[in-house]
Amino acid sequence: MMAPYAVQTANLGKRFGKFEAVKNLNLAVHAGEIFGFLGANGAGKTTAIRMLCGLLLPSSGNGQVAGFDIYKQSEQIKQHIGYMSQKFSLYDDLTPAENIEFYGGVYGLQRQTLLQKRSDLLEELGLTELADMTTRSLPLGYKQRLALSCALLHDPKIVFLDEPTGGVDPEARRNFWDLIYHMAQQGKTIFVTTHYMDEAEYCNRVSIMYQGEIIALGSPQELKQKFGKASMQEVFIHLVDR
Amino acid sequence: MNRIIPIIRKEFIHIRRDFRTLIIIFIMPVAQLLMFGYAINMEIQNITLAVIDHSESPASRDLIRAFAGSKFFTVRHFDGGESRVGALFQNRQARIVLIIPQDFAATIARPVATKVQALIDASDSNAAQAIRNYADAILQTYNAGRGLAAPFEVQTTIQYNPTFKSTYFFVPGLVALILIMISALLTSVAIAREKETGTMEQILVSPVRAREIIIGKVVPYILLAFMDGVIVLLVAHFWFKVPIIGSVALILGAALVYVFVALALGLFISTLAHTQQVAMMAALIISMLPSIMLSGFFFPVASMPKVLQWITYVVPAKYFLLIVRGIMLKGNTLAQIGTPLLVLLGMGIILTIISTKKFKTTL
Ligand SMILES: Nc1ncnc2c1ncn2[C@@H]1O[C@H](COP(=O)(O)OP(=O)(O)OP(=O)(O)O)[C@@H](O)[C@H]1O
Ligand SMILES: [Mg+2]
Repeated sequence: MMAPYAVQTANLGKRFGKFEAVKNLNLAVHAGEIFGFLGANGAGKTTAIRMLCGLLLPSSGNGQVAGFDIYKQSEQIKQHIGYMSQKFSLYDDLTPAENIEFYGGVYGLQRQTLLQKRSDLLEELGLTELADMTTRSLPLGYKQRLALSCALLHDPKIVFLDEPTGGVDPEARRNFWDLIYHMAQQGKTIFVTTHYMDEAEYCNRVSIMYQGEIIALGSPQELKQKFGKASMQEVFIHLVDR
Repeated sequence: MNRIIPIIRKEFIHIRRDFRTLIIIFIMPVAQLLMFGYAINMEIQNITLAVIDHSESPASRDLIRAFAGSKFFTVRHFDGGESRVGALFQNRQARIVLIIPQDFAATIARPVATKVQALIDASDSNAAQAIRNYADAILQTYNAGRGLAAPFEVQTTIQYNPTFKSTYFFVPGLVALILIMISALLTSVAIAREKETGTMEQILVSPVRAREIIIGKVVPYILLAFMDGVIVLLVAHFWFKVPIIGSVALILGAALVYVFVALALGLFISTLAHTQQVAMMAALIISMLPSIMLSGFFFPVASMPKVLQWITYVVPAKYFLLIVRGIMLKGNTLAQIGTPLLVLLGMGIILTIISTKKFKTTL
């Protein structure tokens, strides 16, 4: 089945009790796009991503990821997506190598492939020297790139990144965005949330969410023009801190 | 299937590197048993001895001092008369009663055997034997000290008191308690930890199925908890001298089923708890309280209020207690313990099914 969009939703909503965390979400993310999913704290970004990844059942609306229905085909969706949650997702007491082995194992990678990937990745991440340290003792920037690598072991087409660069210095963030661009060049779709507006500028398109609803959607260029602002930072402040 | 192995392997790495888990698995059961063993020793050192002194002579007071001077006995005088001795035992006010006859002073001066009577509470037969040995030893030293050849003739009447459980009955209860507590604690904390740190979400977004995660999580703990079972039973047999009249293999098989139920209980708790703290508290309370109060461990089920009796039907420890006591003390065979064993198996399966169903939706 050919899907025109990597991610598509129609009036997707999630209610926790009486509280509507996500309301009528309508999105269409192209394959190969870097899509920035912006919003203030508690806007509902994580909730929306978790519905798309099959971790949370929606309360209303429809959605497709990689062409599969999020209600009925979550098992197929899982084969095609990578997810890096906003919580730290590595095992602190395992070494980087053991983390890679574990995640490769749960994605059902062949032993041979997995061992090859493991040594390639450790090399690439500059962790070969540190391979015997527990992940706990790594600098945060390394941990984030390791977590990303673990989420990509099965070579997914669509990658969901929930605040992947929280809490690290600008250089580590730039390094991480190099990886994001690299993935996009390989044709992967990137669905990323962030609180850093400089990062928003790197996206092909962004949406801005406010109290569960999308209040703006377009390329950074379009949005800046539309609201007559010089930077995404100003656009965001204009829209959200009203 | 091949996705389960990485989960099992990872779990063993966690266990190996986590000090707390290692303590729970290897130190806690042994410590609990030793504490219990120490309590028993304490009891044997502080035996309350009630004296009924009909002689009231310097000679009888001498004898009483000999008992009071030993580290085993705490002496108290009792003048309620022989007829009330039973009540003394009932209320645990004494474990041995020494009755000194009226003619004690007169007979002890003569070279004939002097008679004293000792009544010993035999609710715990091991302890009764020990108490008797201590009493004999003191009487002998007393005699030797006076340079007399003529022996005492001690009449020991061992009184059986059915309202108190013997060690034999007590230790299997302890085995049931320790096993369920440790197993429930281990699984519930292991899963709650992954929820708390966020790694569970990362696993659930992979194609792994809930039952694969659960099997991978539970198998390592089945092995470890079963090992605990073996350790605890060894201590029960060799330290507390609880006999094993029936088949050892049958006990081990039953222990495996029981451990499965306990782990399933832990699994169930983990579907309700989101943090390790909550999981730990819940596991301790849910596993310990019913196992102590409602299993027949201390209080016989038959003498409980009706409502509590109904509740005991869902307490796993009750069934395991029946099985272990049956096999160890009565030599029961599979046919005789079949019903409680099936009930346990059923409980384990039901808990596992419910937990597997609830597993994902409760993240
Ligand atoms: N399981 C839940 N039960 C009840 N309320 C929830 C639950 N999960 C999230 N919420 C609420 O839904 C709202 C949106 O939360 P969400 O985590 O999606 O926001 P977010 O945009 O990711 O915020 P942040 O930038 O802080 O990560 C918040 O008010 C949150 O408290
Ligand atoms: Mg969030």
